[in-house]
Amino acid sequence: MTTTVSERVPTGPASDALLSVQDLHIRFSTEDGPVHAVNGVSFDLAAGEILALVGESGCGKSVTAMSVPGLLSPNATVDGRILLQGRDLLGLSAKELRAVRGKEISFVFQEPMSSLNPAFTVGKQIREVLQRHEGLSKKAAHERAVDLLRLVRIPAPERRVDEYPHQMSGGMRQRVMIAIAVACGPKVLVADEPTTALDVTIQAGVLDILRGLRDELGTAIILITHDLGVVADLADRVVVMYAGRPVEQAEVHELFAHPQHPYTNGLLGAVPHREKGVELVAGRRLREIPGLVPSLRSDPDECVFAPRCPRSTEVCVSRRPPLEPTRPHHPAACFHPGEDE
Amino acid sequence: MTSPRTDAPVLEVTDLVKHFSTGSGFRSGSGVVRAVDGVSFTIGPGEILGLVGESGSGKSTVGRCVTRLVEPTSGSIKLLGTEISSLSRRAMRPLRRQVHIVFQDPYSSLNPRMTIGQIVAEPMRLHGTAKGAALDERVDEMLEKCGLRSELRDRFPHEMSGGQRQRVGLARALALEPSLVIADEPVSALDVSVQASILNLITDLQRDLGFSCLFITHDLSVVEYISDAIAVMYLGKIVERTSREKLFRDPQMPYTQSLLTAAPVPDPVAQRERTRVVLRGDLPSPLDPPSGCPFHTRCPVAVERCTVEVPPLVGVTEPDHLVACHLVDRETGAPDIAAAAAAQGAEAGAGLQTGARRPA
Repeated sequence: MTTTVSERVPTGPASDALLSVQDLHIRFSTEDGPVHAVNGVSFDLAAGEILALVGESGCGKSVTAMSVPGLLSPNATVDGRILLQGRDLLGLSAKELRAVRGKEISFVFQEPMSSLNPAFTVGKQIREVLQRHEGLSKKAAHERAVDLLRLVRIPAPERRVDEYPHQMSGGMRQRVMIAIAVACGPKVLVADEPTTALDVTIQAGVLDILRGLRDELGTAIILITHDLGVVADLADRVVVMYAGRPVEQAEVHELFAHPQHPYTNGLLGAVPHREKGVELVAGRRLREIPGLVPSLRSDPDECVFAPRCPRSTEVCVSRRPPLEPTRPHHPAACFHPGEDE
Repeated sequence: MTSPRTDAPVLEVTDLVKHFSTGSGFRSGSGVVRAVDGVSFTIGPGEILGLVGESGSGKSTVGRCVTRLVEPTSGSIKLLGTEISSLSRRAMRPLRRQVHIVFQDPYSSLNPRMTIGQIVAEPMRLHGTAKGAALDERVDEMLEKCGLRSELRDRFPHEMSGGQRQRVGLARALALEPSLVIADEPVSALDVSVQASILNLITDLQRDLGFSCLFITHDLSVVEYISDAIAVMYLGKIVERTSREKLFRDPQMPYTQSLLTAAPVPDPVAQRERTRVVLRGDLPSPLDPPSGCPFHTRCPVAVERCTVEVPPLVGVTEPDHLVACHLVDRETGAPDIAAAAAAQGAEAGAGLQTGARRPA
């Protein structure tokens, strides 16, 4: 399982993309006026690739991911293109989308306590997907459900399949969610903060399962997370988002080694962690990013990070920085890109 | 500043036990949750003790017992030399100004009907330490110390961000200059950039005001950043306790080792080279804890002795590195669970069945 990056990561153009999101804009109309949640996000996802969408609360990472299977609330307006193997999902009817969801694109949510139905056994909830999408008989679906629980490493799956969600721990429920999500062998799995609610020792197991799905079933994964440790562990490629805009995009090793955008630099400096071979000194100051995330009420024609940015100059508030390569295959939306220090 | 500058411990907890009974009152004693099961530690003046554990380990219950928010079942809690575990509410009151708590959730721990100024002033008003103009001045001073502009005193909690609210919680907790601050997951609900500023603030305030702190968290990187000493809890017991340097240099208890390897580091090169140990199973129920060592059901190196005999918390390799494990040896040190797990993984076969990743 120790694959090197070069084998995995297609850095080439969109031709081999399984999923291609192009110039995505998402606006919510609310009583207080529109909220510009996502402004111009584009990325490609290749088969078997794990792409991380990273950012802090309110940066639009979850909204971006939820728009892919068409799970946004009715007050959302989505512009742009979401192409799954060339087919634009935004043009599909509700009925056509239902056939895609769960079968070609499926999802795992953050909260394993509330995303399963408490009134049904986990076996029934897994069978439901299989019977609906694959047309399996109840008996065949049951056997497949046991196999799926075994795939996500639930001990004694023959017995566990007849249990209710409340009889399981948080980590176990999250594995059941993953089992349901991969039941029909989806091409794309959207995992929204899949381990945030779990303890670290349980998280490690769930991350291994996600990695296993990619390695063994070739599932492409969109991983939404705020945790840079999880990104470092699992992702092939990373899109960093800030206030609804993509600010930087790169292969994972490249991003951590040569962060270009000041926001990415700030995030990496804010996490307390031991650097290689260097003992962490207590009281060493962590990097802070001063100020607050801007309101999403408008989509101004300037750099949204400028008010908090140590490198900001006049040009930053005069126009919007384009997301252009500052290093090979490494675009950043900044007029003053580069690593700190 | 008002904290005593002696070497006497600020907090001394001995054999603390808290059992919650569950179920209907019929056969009481049949359902007992052993949330805290014999915990002992001391915190010296100006010392920060990090209490680490996963959900259900009992770490928050320890914090609540120390502040008497829950009544301990048995054991001794000495705050500045005074035994407080059996004090009446009235007798406890003057000591309340010596210990304060900061909660995890800045959204539910501030009264939504009070302004920020009222929230920070309340402890001083109740203890009568300041009045009138002096009180106002002191509120401004505390807000400023915690990085909030004094204009914010007329705002309500809902008008503030999570990080700002946590600053208000700190200003309130420190208003009476307590000797001891209990910080219960104070940064867990915050975004990383905000988390960094709150951790910096706590470090600065601690240096300026000199309070002692029981810092409760599940996040090892946070305790490594902030603590002088660290205690690791598992199922209501402390399983390892020592200085920060020793714990991170030589983690002995297999549980501590697995916690350290399980937390991913934000560096893809280092993270992917690491041999990680994925524990089997989940935390056992504290209603029915395992016999012997509480960790033996998930421990990759457990032997038969671990299932019957409870290991005592003692210093094996060094007197100030306490560990509760039968397998830590005076000569050879701690068992290497990474190697053990890798061997087990190889036996179980490759692919989805392996827990540990092979070292690169």
